[in-house]
Amino acid sequence: MSTTTLAGREIHVDAEGFLTEYDEWDETLAQQLADQIGIAMTPEHWDVVRFLRADYAETGQTATTRRVNAVGGFPVKQQFALFPKKPGKKMSYIAGLPKPAGCV
Amino acid sequence: MRRLLILGAGTAGTIAANKLRRLLDADDWQITIVDQRGTHYYQPAFLFIPFGRYRPDKARRKAASLIPDGVTRVQAQIDRVDAEARTVALEDGRVLPYDYLVIATGASPHPEETPGMEDDWHGAVHSFYTFDDAVALRAALADFAGGRLVVHISEMPIKCPVAPLEFTLLADDHFTRRGIRDRVDITFVTPLSGAFTKPVASAAFGGMLAERGIAVEPDFMIESVDTEARRIVSFDEREVPYDLLVTVPVNRGAAFVGRSGLGDELDFVPVDHHTLRHAAHPEIFAVGDAAAVPTSKAGAVAHFELDVFPENFVRIVAGEEPVASFDGHATCFIESGAGKAMLIDFNYDTEPLPGMFPVPAVGPLPLLKESRFNHWGKLAFEPVYWSMLLPGRPLPLPAQMSMRGKRVPA
Repeated sequence: MSTTTLAGREIHVDAEGFLTEYDEWDETLAQQLADQIGIAMTPEHWDVVRFLRADYAETGQTATTRRVNAVGGFPVKQQFALFPKKPGKKMSYIAGLPKPAGCV
Repeated sequence: MRRLLILGAGTAGTIAANKLRRLLDADDWQITIVDQRGTHYYQPAFLFIPFGRYRPDKARRKAASLIPDGVTRVQAQIDRVDAEARTVALEDGRVLPYDYLVIATGASPHPEETPGMEDDWHGAVHSFYTFDDAVALRAALADFAGGRLVVHISEMPIKCPVAPLEFTLLADDHFTRRGIRDRVDITFVTPLSGAFTKPVASAAFGGMLAERGIAVEPDFMIESVDTEARRIVSFDEREVPYDLLVTVPVNRGAAFVGRSGLGDELDFVPVDHHTLRHAAHPEIFAVGDAAAVPTSKAGAVAHFELDVFPENFVRIVAGEEPVASFDGHATCFIESGAGKAMLIDFNYDTEPLPGMFPVPAVGPLPLLKESRFNHWGKLAFEPVYWSMLLPGRPLPLPAQMSMRGKRVPA
């Protein structure tokens, strides 16, 4: 566990830079996280990120690609279009949530 | 008389029935187990059957022979659970009431979830996660004289997540022994970012694949199988061609779990990670692959869960609080070919690490390293499974993972 400074304040992150404190996140910070990984946020991106935040608040776990489709209503194809190559990781990174459990 | 109902007579359900029958007073408790199959499979054999290294009929036994006296076995398909009424409806119309319910109906492959996958099933598209699939693949591999073999995982989580890797390593060994390895291209295609989920093991396994000239296609989320052109296509439009596809289809929990409103989007049952108790229905528990807990879906995990759960259950029914103690412990042998195997030991918080097991420095089983001892360990496990693990007799392994003997790489 370490800290880093983003959007002018100190935040807690894990070894890969994923936020570890749900409440340290806001949309200004999300914008900066998106910039870091080269994602230009559009209203569609924000819809996905807001779904992830709300779902996490309810379940205590980061939604998987399947759940973002089944429960959030964002088709997997769209998730790949919005967050290329690794949608699961990129969505959760921007949403300030842990990586979805890879389920060993 | 209180009623405990166990759904599913696979590894987890059978161990639960045996242990709980011994722990619960026969005068106070009626225990019933619903067996949907009638046959108990030694599932580790499914990995060896395709290579002709295991006689298929040895992998099956009558499930009834493994259920103890004092437990009523009902063979039927499950329609749904009514968690409010505390009843389970069977497809034949019978209704079984319960006071406590243990869901142990496992995980199963669903090729129909991926467009095209079923179109050439047991043609050029195969799997080894059911008895019939393993037997069909044995014939296909025997006929395979060269070309592109693609070993593929559709989506996590899957049952026995190291098995696709083992299959790949054993395929390399199989073709080498047949003298045709130079005529076979092997590609390992995975939705994960590497050969395994956890970094230290992923690097070790990745190195083993590279040494054997096996290509890895990571971050591949399958959209469809094009059986005409013989290629798999990802959501981000990558294509991997095959002559023989050995896939692990999407794994789902039992459909009745979803119909009963007790499951997640894959019909696995969300339960407390340490007590395996359902949050909304405290009289319902899930064990084995059926449980949505972030550790491997594997027989070893079912075993370690059931080192902890039965005693907890006794506390709960006595009106005491459960002791939160399942730690996600998993131990897996990984066959790597040429008579050797690796061993990994891990839990929710600690990834697989190198070291010695079970006795620090002495072993005899090295962790995360190929060894003949591990291969013998895997072979020696089979009689232990039937005679000790299923009947719920104690094994000389601690329920909780230990850091003793493990080395944390700098």
